[in-house]
Amino acid sequence: MNNLYLIQILTIFKKEFARWSRIWIQTILPSVITMFLYITIFGNFIGERIGEISGLPYIHFIIPGLIIMPIISNSYMNVVGSFYSGRFQKSIEELFVSPLSSHIILIGYVLGGVSRAFVVGFVVYIVSLSFTTIPIHNVALALFLTLLISFLFSILGFINAVYAKSFDGINIIPTFVLTPLTYLGGTFYSIYNLPEVWQTVSIFNPIAYMVSAYRYAFIGVEEMNTYTAILMMFILIFVLYSLAIYLLNKGIGVKN
Amino acid sequence: MTKYALEINQLNKTYKNGVTALKNINLNVEDGDIFAFLGPNGAGKSTVIGIITTLVNITSGSVQVYGKDIAKYPEFTKHMIGVVPQEYNLDQFIPIIETMINIGGYFGLSKKQALKKTQELFEDLGIWHKRKSTPRELSGGMKRRLMIARALIHNPKLLILDEPTAGVDTELRLTMWDFFKKINHDGVTIILTTHYLEEAERLCKNLAIIHHGEVVKSSPMSDVISSTRKHTYIIRADSNITDKNIFKDNIHIVDDKTCELTVDNKISITEIINHFNDNNIKVIDILSKRNKLEELFIELTQTK
Repeated sequence: MNNLYLIQILTIFKKEFARWSRIWIQTILPSVITMFLYITIFGNFIGERIGEISGLPYIHFIIPGLIIMPIISNSYMNVVGSFYSGRFQKSIEELFVSPLSSHIILIGYVLGGVSRAFVVGFVVYIVSLSFTTIPIHNVALALFLTLLISFLFSILGFINAVYAKSFDGINIIPTFVLTPLTYLGGTFYSIYNLPEVWQTVSIFNPIAYMVSAYRYAFIGVEEMNTYTAILMMFILIFVLYSLAIYLLNKGIGVKN
Repeated sequence: MTKYALEINQLNKTYKNGVTALKNINLNVEDGDIFAFLGPNGAGKSTVIGIITTLVNITSGSVQVYGKDIAKYPEFTKHMIGVVPQEYNLDQFIPIIETMINIGGYFGLSKKQALKKTQELFEDLGIWHKRKSTPRELSGGMKRRLMIARALIHNPKLLILDEPTAGVDTELRLTMWDFFKKINHDGVTIILTTHYLEEAERLCKNLAIIHHGEVVKSSPMSDVISSTRKHTYIIRADSNITDKNIFKDNIHIVDDKTCELTVDNKISITEIINHFNDNNIKVIDILSKRNKLEELFIELTQTK
């Protein structure tokens, strides 16, 4: 890669990394505490009464989904918060008067979101180890899926930030779209335990595929085809990446 | 290499809400110039600057920076341009030295290169001791100097200053003028928009005045200074001037011994003093009320 481009990407990435790590009490800690409570309440207290799902203790069944939840929300919120804040302060103009291509701006921001997602995911996994030991079934696949999922939701956060007209606007999609889809994506239950109608509905929930693939990487149990999940994520990344580049090239949300 | 740092041809801008901000703007800024780009509020100055820096999309026309079209060669032209916007657009939450390193990185400078250049600029502008502060902790004048330093981190050849001394005290303004003269001497072409017309008259070699989105005057500053038709002086005399019929309708009495005199610019100060002397009045002080540029500016922007 051209040295200029490398310096540019690393600059945006380091800026983003420094931004969220400087305020780790706001960015990392809440997710960790929330997941700690989920594991304690659902995994330990309620899980003991539920027994096994797919031949595994309930706590093992839900931990992959509990790791994916903060990965989705942190990658999304990191990019949407940072880019919109830049728009709000107009400091984003620094990027657009500089010789940065749209690809470099987007990748720099996305890597910032990915880095936060990896750190949160890792910390939540470490926390889960204090409750139960789950050897990861396929470490490489788990890392690859973490990359794909955080990359995808970082781009989605970027697109949200371009369109947001106020700080309220950066919370609408996480609150009304991502959270319901995540909770209905089979994190806490097997979709095969749902009534048939809801099983059909789950087929159209992309997060259900991600949870399933992630669960397969962690505990070797899959409810939906993992290859289908990966293919779907690649397609979504391609489509959303293209849209984000289009928005940047047009200067939507930034240029007059 | 073209002799022009900036060439604007047939530039038009109409915003989505239907407001026409620019109408057929043509402008050339020579390499090495300090160019005053003047106009009243809302005239279109910031729109032109926005277009040059690619923050505003063009409706029609073209802009070339050092011979290259900004739309076709954005990487080249952005490397050539440094911009100091009118509004503060600093990241409020990070130390200013980090802002400089980041901006340097956007232009391909390593951290070491950016730090070296930052120290040089911050020392020249007197803000090195504040390098670890965030913009929120800086005064207005310091923020202005930071934005100037930020615009120069990558050694641009064309510096665009949009109201760089707005809200800055007189002493600091004079220091900033010296700084602008120094960097211009070092080879940086400067485009300056300002509401301080004295600033433009003192610093700039050429000027354009824009009004209602059109360039209404474009010429060397020396031509402007010699072209204004009228000039107003404040004259203080040693005796009563109210009962003397001198200069008839052109005189406005301020008090017994002070008046404002508006005369054709062909009339010299010596002639004025002699005329007072002929009326047995000794002139003890004579001041120019307005600079010539101010007179032209008012003439062009009020009559149109």
